[in-house]
Amino acid sequence: MNHACAIKTENLGRVYQIKRKRGESGPTTLVALEDVNLAVRHGELFGLLGPNGAGKTTLIKILTTLLTPTSGHAFVDGIDVVENPQEVRRRINMVSGGETCGYGLLTVEENLWMFTQFYGLDSKTARERIQSMLEVVGLADRAKTKSYHLSTGMKQKMNFARGFLNDPQILFLDEPTLGLDVQTSRILRDFVKRWVRERPGKTILLTTHYMAEADELCDRVAIIDQGKILACDTPANLKRRLQGASIFKLQTTPLETLDHFGRLPGVSQFVGHRRNGHTELNFILEDENALVKVLDAVQAKGGHLLSLEKREPTLEDVFIHLVGRGLSDETGD
Amino acid sequence: MTIPVLQRETWRESLRSLKVATWLGWQIESNWTEPFLFAVYSIAKPVAGAMILVVMYLVVSGGQTNNPLFPYIYLGNAFYIYVGSVLMGISWAVIDDREHYGVLKYIYVSPIHVYFYLLGRGVARTLTGTIAVIITLTFGMLVFKLPVNLLTMNHALFWPVFLIGLAGLALIGILLAGLTLITARHNYFMGEAVAGALYLLCGAVFPLDVLPKSLQYIGLGLPMTYWLEGLRRALIGTSASPLLAPFSNETILIILLGSTLLVGAISLGFYRWCERRAKEKGLIDMQTMY
Repeated sequence: MNHACAIKTENLGRVYQIKRKRGESGPTTLVALEDVNLAVRHGELFGLLGPNGAGKTTLIKILTTLLTPTSGHAFVDGIDVVENPQEVRRRINMVSGGETCGYGLLTVEENLWMFTQFYGLDSKTARERIQSMLEVVGLADRAKTKSYHLSTGMKQKMNFARGFLNDPQILFLDEPTLGLDVQTSRILRDFVKRWVRERPGKTILLTTHYMAEADELCDRVAIIDQGKILACDTPANLKRRLQGASIFKLQTTPLETLDHFGRLPGVSQFVGHRRNGHTELNFILEDENALVKVLDAVQAKGGHLLSLEKREPTLEDVFIHLVGRGLSDETGD
Repeated sequence: MTIPVLQRETWRESLRSLKVATWLGWQIESNWTEPFLFAVYSIAKPVAGAMILVVMYLVVSGGQTNNPLFPYIYLGNAFYIYVGSVLMGISWAVIDDREHYGVLKYIYVSPIHVYFYLLGRGVARTLTGTIAVIITLTFGMLVFKLPVNLLTMNHALFWPVFLIGLAGLALIGILLAGLTLITARHNYFMGEAVAGALYLLCGAVFPLDVLPKSLQYIGLGLPMTYWLEGLRRALIGTSASPLLAPFSNETILIILLGSTLLVGAISLGFYRWCERRAKEKGLIDMQTMY
């Protein structure tokens, strides 16, 4: 731990070139990251919260030396990731969720052993860490199973275990619980929390689009959308931004159009979804009096109220407040 | 004392990369079937490949094995087994790790030394290739009375030529691995194309003299030409190539060494360039799904 920040980015940018066939119209570039400035402290469990395509994975790829930025600088433990990638790799590891990678012909234990050797662990330490991680992810009884016999979820767990084998100084977790069942996700989240708490100075950068995950795990959260950092603070402070605002979730009978709800007086932000057999309306209101106008508007559109819930602000509400759409809304409608 | 410490760490990481990749390559090569089937496949496939041309020669020549062209063809074919094994063993590792197993990005995130990793991945195929070459040569000596005498052969020429040639092949393999890194999965055709071109141009099956002048110049620029020539001279004391006859054994060895060093410098530089391009374009973890 040589530097003030475990991770630091300075005006970091990444633009992808899009190949278009002759005659095909559309943009030829895609801005994945734009002027990203982050400073993650040693010992922090730092979250990057944003919808799919926000630039989270691009940022992780740059920080783990897999991708070069098109502008700005990125430092891991004070080391420039472009100038000295090998020195960065000695300090880090990474887990990408939803991946079923691994050598199918090798057993689970062999797959993990191979990576311990890349990191130079002696046999005794390697065996202990493999055993311990297999117990964490519930694969201890599958250690001798060839990985092509594993289910998708088991392969994901093996990949998760791999990320912790070298006890990295800085760990990058890119949507680590993506696609896993609720119980497994809970176990892994608990382990991540414990891992960073029991090892002072170790840092985790976690990307997720599950607001509860970010809220539960992270010391600080940066909200990212369309390649830009919109806010960065503790989850409590981010939610405090909505203190005084009234947050309501309504379920109504199916409504034809939803656009006008966002224009009602007193409505600060609105996100609506058509679900199976009903419509869900989420409002951030300037004060509770505006609710009357909302209910009138529902009635005017021929809808009937099925349920109404007043909630405490969540990180998703913060995201809606900042961006004007929900985390799960890819297109923002 | 920072620099010596770093250098020691770099060497440790390089050796680790080589050792683990060799182990991994062997597991991948040998674990796909029962040991007996693996042995039959590893030996029968290249030997059968080499025999096809020998049989063709025997049919065309009416079964004459005393023509100097016969040992020329036989030895060229036998050692050419290495070309496919080493080139594909190394360059295929990129496709395998990236497209098939999806682990290339995790390997790249770990502190490996990629040249040593790739070389290690090629070792397994080189070993199976060696077994195939030994069997092909033994078969030739026993069945076709190939004039090779292990006791009287020129060992002082054979071993340096053999090892330098293998190093040259490994370096060309790294060049192909770089090309694979920046192209899609169908790049395996590239490996076959290069192996095919070398087959034609380096005098594996017929002397360079029969090629058009322009192709002869290309052949004379390839380290593999001098590798095969040196091996033939070491094993049977002579060669059937009038074009290379004026070169002494020492000259062949020096040209082989020089051209291998040149190819090595080009290959390593080219791989670094490809790696930089791959990082710029986000190709390290590309999966084409072809």
